[in-house]
Order: sequence, then C-alpha cells, then structure tokens
Amino acid sequence: MATTALDQPHAHAAHAEKTGLWSWITTVDHKRIGILYGATAFFFFLLGGLEALIIRIQLARPDNNFISPETYNQLFTMHGTTMIFLAIMPLSSMLFNYLIPLQIGARDVAFPRLNAFSYWVFLLGGLFLNAGFLFGAAPDTGWYGYANLTSRQFSPGHNVDFWNMGLQVLGVASLAAAVNFFVTIVNMRAPGMTMMRMPMFVWMSFITQVLLLLAFPVIAVALILLMFDRFFGTHYFIPAGGGDPLLWQHFFWVFGHPEVYILILPAFGVVSEVLPAFSRKPLFGYAAMVFSGVFIAFLGFGVWSHHMFTTGMGPIADTFFSLSTMLIAIPTGVKIFNWLGTMWFGSLQFRTPMYFAVGFIAMFIIGGLSGVMHSSPPADLQQNDTYFIVAHFHYVLFGGSIFALTAGAYYWWPKMFGRMLDEGLGKVHFWLMLLGFNLTFFPMHFVGLNGMPRRTYTYPAELGFTLLNQIETVGSLLLGLSFLVFLINIFRTSRKPRNAPADPWNGATLEWAIPSPPPEWNFDRLPVVDGRDPLWEEKRKNGGRLPEPVAGTGAGIHLPNPSYWPAVTAVGVAALFVGIMMSPKWGPWGIVVSVALLFFGLYSWLFEKGYSEFRTPSHGGH
Amino acid sequence: MHPRTTAARRRAGAPLLCALALALAGCSPERYPQTALLPLSDFARIGDHVQDQTFYWALGVFILVEGALLYAVFRFRGRPEDPEPSQIHGNTTIEIIWTLIPALILAAIAVPTVKGIFETNATPQGAMTIEVIGHQWWWEFRYPQADITTANEMFIPAGQTVELKINSGDVVHSFWPPRFAGKRDVFPGRETRLWWKADSTGLYPGQCAEYCGIQHARMAFHVRSVSPQDFEAWIAHMKTKGPPKPPPAAAAPTAGDSLRTASAGAKVQGAQDSPTAAPAPAQGADYAAGEKLFMTKGCMGCHSLQAVGAPKGLIGPNLANVGARSHIAAGWLPNTDENLERWIREPQTVKKGVLMPNLGVTVEEARALRAYLRAHQ
Repeated sequence: MATTALDQPHAHAAHAEKTGLWSWITTVDHKRIGILYGATAFFFFLLGGLEALIIRIQLARPDNNFISPETYNQLFTMHGTTMIFLAIMPLSSMLFNYLIPLQIGARDVAFPRLNAFSYWVFLLGGLFLNAGFLFGAAPDTGWYGYANLTSRQFSPGHNVDFWNMGLQVLGVASLAAAVNFFVTIVNMRAPGMTMMRMPMFVWMSFITQVLLLLAFPVIAVALILLMFDRFFGTHYFIPAGGGDPLLWQHFFWVFGHPEVYILILPAFGVVSEVLPAFSRKPLFGYAAMVFSGVFIAFLGFGVWSHHMFTTGMGPIADTFFSLSTMLIAIPTGVKIFNWLGTMWFGSLQFRTPMYFAVGFIAMFIIGGLSGVMHSSPPADLQQNDTYFIVAHFHYVLFGGSIFALTAGAYYWWPKMFGRMLDEGLGKVHFWLMLLGFNLTFFPMHFVGLNGMPRRTYTYPAELGFTLLNQIETVGSLLLGLSFLVFLINIFRTSRKPRNAPADPWNGATLEWAIPSPPPEWNFDRLPVVDGRDPLWEEKRKNGGRLPEPVAGTGAGIHLPNPSYWPAVTAVGVAALFVGIMMSPKWGPWGIVVSVALLFFGLYSWLFEKGYSEFRTPSHGGH
Repeated sequence: MHPRTTAARRRAGAPLLCALALALAGCSPERYPQTALLPLSDFARIGDHVQDQTFYWALGVFILVEGALLYAVFRFRGRPEDPEPSQIHGNTTIEIIWTLIPALILAAIAVPTVKGIFETNATPQGAMTIEVIGHQWWWEFRYPQADITTANEMFIPAGQTVELKINSGDVVHSFWPPRFAGKRDVFPGRETRLWWKADSTGLYPGQCAEYCGIQHARMAFHVRSVSPQDFEAWIAHMKTKGPPKPPPAAAAPTAGDSLRTASAGAKVQGAQDSPTAAPAPAQGADYAAGEKLFMTKGCMGCHSLQAVGAPKGLIGPNLANVGARSHIAAGWLPNTDENLERWIREPQTVKKGVLMPNLGVTVEEARALRAYLRAHQ
C-alpha cells in the first residue's frame, strides 16, 4: 500500500469546513465529539497517571513522608476514580463516537444533540470530581466509597460530596450516551448489515451500552441514598439509625462488577478489529465471539458478591458467587482462543497496532488467571484487599483495556487525523510500556500474598516490602516514560502534512472505504453491505485494491445543525449538583437557579429553530 | 513499506521474564513476617491448599496459552507481499474442545473450593471466645470468660481453637492475621466470626485490611501465640489488674521485661513466677510522677489501665499491659523507651490524624509517663 502524501482537498460547497472554538462548542458531529472525548479522556488519563507516580514515589521507601496520609488517601481515591470514569470509559466513548456510525455505515448517531450533551456533562462531571483538589478536599474514601466511612460523622468535609456529586453528573452522561448508541446500532445500520454482520467492535460496544443502561441506575440510586444520608438526615447506611453499611457494598458491586465489563468489552472489540487486519484473515469464530461477549455480560450481573467474600456471607452465598465467577472464565477463555485462532495460519504484519494487540492478549491472560485464583473464597480471604488484587486488576485494566485502547489509537489515528503515527516511536512506546508495566505490577502479586494490604500510605521496614516496592516504583517511571514517547509521537505527527491514505492497514470495515479524515457527512452514498468483512469483499472483487476515494461536496446531504443548547443544558445539570452540595450554605437558591437553567436549556433545545423542518421524508439511509 | 527490523524479532515475552526473575529474587515468603503463604493454623491451611491447587492449574494454562501465543507470533509472521492466507472463519470442533477443557479445569478447582468454603464456615466446637472490636485506628481484644480486656496484642493459646466474635466501634474495618487466617470484615452493628487453631507459638503481625480513614495504614496488631500453660499464666497475671485499689496495691507491676524484646518466636515469660515480688526497675520518682501525670494530663479520659472489668466504649486502647507489648501506636511502632516517649509527646507527628491530641507533654513529663506505663507489664 502506498503512503504518498495526499493532502486531500476538502472543497465542499455545501458544507464548508468549520473551525474555531465556537464550532467545537456547538458541534453535533459524532467525529468531532469523539475527538473531544478522546482529548479530554487522555488529559484525565495523564492526570491519573501522575497521581499514580506520586503514589509510587511515596511507597518507594518504608515510613516515607514524601506526601501526607491525607494527600495519599486523596490520590489513591482519585487515581482509581479518574482511571475508571474519566479515562478508560471515555476513551471507549471516543471510539464509540468516532467509529460506530462509520462502521455501521451511518451519517451520524441517532441523537446528535444528545451526543453533544453527553460530552459536555462528562466534561463538567470530570471537572467537578477534580475540583476538590482546589479546595484541599478531594475525595478520600476510595473509588468504591464504602459506607459508613462516607457518613457525615466520619467524613465531615466536602471530600465525599465532590465524589458523590461528580459521579452522579458522570452517570447522567453515561446513560444519555448509552441510550444514544443503543438506538444508533439498532436503527441506523446500513442496508444489508444484519446484526450478525456487524463488526465485532460494534457488537462489543452494543453489549457495553446494555450493561451501562442496566448498571448505572443502580449506582445512581446508591449515590442518591448516600446524598440523602449526608444532606437530609436519613440513615440508609448508618447503623446507629438502623441502616446497614453492608447494603452499600451490595449496591456498589451490583453496579461495580458490570462496570468491569464496561471497561473491558470495548477493548475486546478493538482487539477483534486489529488482529484480523494484521493477520490478513477474518476473525476466528465470529458467532462464538458474539455470544461469549453476551454471556460475559449476562453473568456479570450474577457475580457481584465475589468482591465481598470477606464479609462472611455464609457457605451458600459464597458457593453461588464463587461458581458463577468461575463460569465467566469459560467465555473469556473462548475469546482468547479465538484471537489465537485468528492469528493461527495468518500472515502476521507486525505494525504498531499489532504489537499492542498481541501485548494485550499476553497481559490479559495473566489478569484472567489471577482472577480465577480469587474466585475461590478460601483463597480470596487472604488475597482480598492486598496488592495481589491490585496486580490482578491492573493486568486486566491496564494490560487489558489500556493496551487494547492504545492499539486502537495507533490503528485509527490515521483515520481520525489523516496522519500516520511514527512506527519507530510506536514500537519504542510498546516495549517501554510492556517492560514498565510488568516491572510495576508483576511484583505486586508477591508483595500482596506476602502480606501488604492495599490503600496504605506507608509500610514499616520490618515487614520486608521495601525491595519489591522499589522495583515497582522504577517500573512505574518507565511506564510514565512510555507515554512521554507517545506524546512526542503525537506532537511530531501533528506537525507533518497529512499523509494517510483511506485504507493504510488493509482494513475490512467500512470506515476504511472513505477518505482519512472522513468528510463531515461520512459517506457520499450510504453503503450496501452483503457480508461480514465488506471492504475485503469489495477489494477482492476489484482485484486486490480500491482506488483512493475522493470526497464529494456533500451537496444535498442533510446534516444536523450545530447547537449550543446541549452545552447550556449540561451546565444546568452540573450546576444542580453544585447547588445541592452548597445547600447547607446557600439554602435552596443554588438548586432553584440551576433547575431553572436546566429547564430553560431543555425547552430551548426542544423548540430549537431549524430542527423542525429537518425531518425531510426522502432522507435515505435510516 | 516498513521492513521488519531485527529488533522487532525480540521475544515478546523477554521483558516479562526479566520482571519475573527480579520478582522471584524478592518473593521468598520467609522474608515476610506478615506473609499469607506460610500458614500456621488449620484455618489458614485450608485456603493455602486451595490457593496452591488453583495456582498450579493457572500456571499450566499460562505456560500453554502464552506458549501458543509466542509460537503464533514467530511461526506465522508474514510479509506484506506474501499471498493472502487462507480465509478460515472458524472450526466448530476446535471451538467446542476449547470451551470444554476450561470447564473441566474449573470443575477441578471448584471441588476443593466448595469443600473449603464449607470447612471455613463450620462452627468450631468448644472454642475459646475472643471478642475483637475494631476502632479508628486500633484493635480492642476482650476475653469474656476471664473478663479481661487488652489492645493491639492478642494472646492466644497454641493448639486450642479460638473463635473470634468481631464488631466495630465506628466504621468498617477488616481483621487480618495472615499467618492464622484470612480476612474477616469488621462491621458496626453486625457481628462477624472467624476461628483458627494455631499450631505453633510466636509473635506474628497482622493489620486492618479495609480502608478505614486517614490512619488505615497504621492500624496493625500482633497475635502472640503461647503454650496453653503460658496462656493460663498470662490470664492469671492479667486478672491481677483490677480496678484501682487503695495505695498499697499500686505497686503491682512485674519485671517480666523480656516480653518487651519480643521478636518472632519469643515466648511469654511465666508471669506467675514474678507476681508482685520483684520490685520493678522503673519504679521510683519517675513512676510516681508518671502516675500523677496520667491522672492530671487527661490520659484517663480515653485509656483504662485495668484489664479486669475494663469500661467499654473508651476511644483509646486499654493500657493494662502496654509496657509489655512488642509495639505501640497500634502494632507498628517498636515499643522502645524512646518511641514511647515520643509517642506520648507528639502523637500527631508520629501518627497524623490519630484521635490522641498533642497534650503539651514536656520531655521530663514524657519520661515519667513512660516509666509509669512501662511498669504496666
């Protein structure tokens, strides 16, 4: 494939390219919103990484005083909360936004303004969550916020409120986005793209939206009950008033375990796209891949108490949750074997995305196997809440999700920005990341089983944890360095002219049929699909390759108008929670004003000019 | 257009193996007094046994699957100009086989798991009860049969089953003595239980394993397993520490000082052979001054010095035998004279956020208080 620099002319009479800050604030283009998600999430990812590095420096020596205990507790809480809600989830959202419409052959998502609303709410929620740092009151009760430490009595400051309200805001964003992508996938697939012809990334994204829709209401309810305990004197989780802290744990993990699959299923989808492209072979066992994903998601709602074996639930509950947890290993194993089957007898092309995808498989296997180890309660009584668990979930979430998302970043970068990331720097990034990752997290298995609990700001020298912690700290610095290489790669690439062809990797899915980056309307003519790997089939018919596509003018294609009402409404949502948090001081006025703003935004959104005449009957493709 | 570099041929697993080698250098459990890998009780061995079995299955699967991945990476490496490989979409037989094999392995793990679940949940017969109460950030231990209270250092008789009844005085904690048992969470208003039978004597560390606030990291404790005879002697000794009596009984401390040097394996000196006979070395002007300061500086508001009939609900640990404990400040600061004085003078520096405030104790006062507390063996 040739990579001659082709700065594609984007001379659109109908849709002039929009630039400037205002165009980003009012955009309803799923691709721009995807880029906003990606940039914001990557910023938060770096922030969460910085927090982790400070944690590692503190733990490099026993009895260290690099940071105070309060700071440490805020940092480990915010590291977890940030990486889960502000980094991995929205990095997946970036891919949902950018890719789902392209891969199913649509011009946008089902509800473009709702999509913009989701992003703005997410941004404000992320800022809200982090705003505690400005007041020295960042959340400090863990990402899982176990009751009754979160009660007013034991956490009188606003730390818990920043966490509680921030997560509620973020929940609004996630639910709105989940509805949007669910409807998009169900309703807006190109002609001929049956469910069982959808790209695997779309399938895994679809399952993820279902998980979001079912899991997030649970955490929303729990957070609202906690808010009532803290602000309105109820006792849901306070034993002195007849409540039960254990109730919180059940609420949290009924959400929290599906959340794990919300974090990993999109990564499965990414790898299931990258591996076939670089093996030059279709995904092995497509149907098994679909149904194993569905099965994982279904079982994911029946295993939550495996986070709670140490609470003493009794033998029947322990047995049920232990066996249901073990069952999940079966569909997960099926996925790994099918990825191996995809590579087997292939013609493997080791470009940067393939490095990260293979790295993902290698690391995810380790995380999966340690997961089976603590599905067994007698063993988990020792492993729970130690660094063994920290090792496990970093192998799943970093070795899994982040390796896969990085593979996705290198794979789709040319599509999104029209520029090829540097292969040499990409491989340096990979090897540094693999080395740093394993140096950081592999010793945690040992330090955990040898008695080091999680969430401790320091440890005494006499327990012998020093050497392994030092190795981990060195590893974490290498891990940080690997992302510095990535940043350099991004920076250098952004200064080069656009050089990416439409189809740099010989892809199988529809997004590679259109120019890089795609025009605002995606497809000049909506594609008709008659197989699972539509572009490969078309290339085969065409004798191996297709001519470089040139975007048309987009004339005659209806696109939704830009709108600032989603952003206004989002501000109303975030302000509502600020109002609740400040209600002890401001009285009801913060709430009244923000609700007024929220309804004003919604009203204006509903009756916005230009949207009523938008529904032209002859608009093809839906 | 990107020719493969020889560097890219490096084994994908090499960094992993490096990490493995480095980690193995530091992973021998003997180096870790708080290790969960060297069980010292029947309860801990149940979990250890199950863990070993799952680990060996996991190791086998790890070697096979990572091996297959590495094989594929080297064997099926291609060039862009190579012909398109045959387009295989799947193979039902193979897919059924690799669904069934993991299911069988899991069944092999499930059997000892379920057995272990029921064994660890069985209520032991004739066990001695110890009440454990978690507090921010220390541990209270009560022996209801003997009506004795102590803190942060739990005495148990080796060879006898103990059953712990666990509660919290404030937030959720988790009681974790890794050599003897796994964790059991500690709830306010909800009793949980744990049991074990220790099969050797010695001093072993444990700590809180559920995040419980600013000093969660410093909420440790020790389990001191002693012979049944020594345990009876210790109970008898603690029973002498009743409510404060009129003047003559004030000189009750023993000289069992070897307790203080306790390292793992040190045994309790038979406290009964030094009841009130030997005059405590620390006793003197400092002791008397310390006794007075203990009353006037407000220590009594939070701490009790009596082991028998100790009041419940105090926010500071019982100090009846604090002079003999291996560690202070909840099981992590070695109980040296220097540390004890510093701890009395500036608790907020030693353990920031602890509920004991800095009380403006001078150096001299701290020495006197140390002498007084040290005498509480």
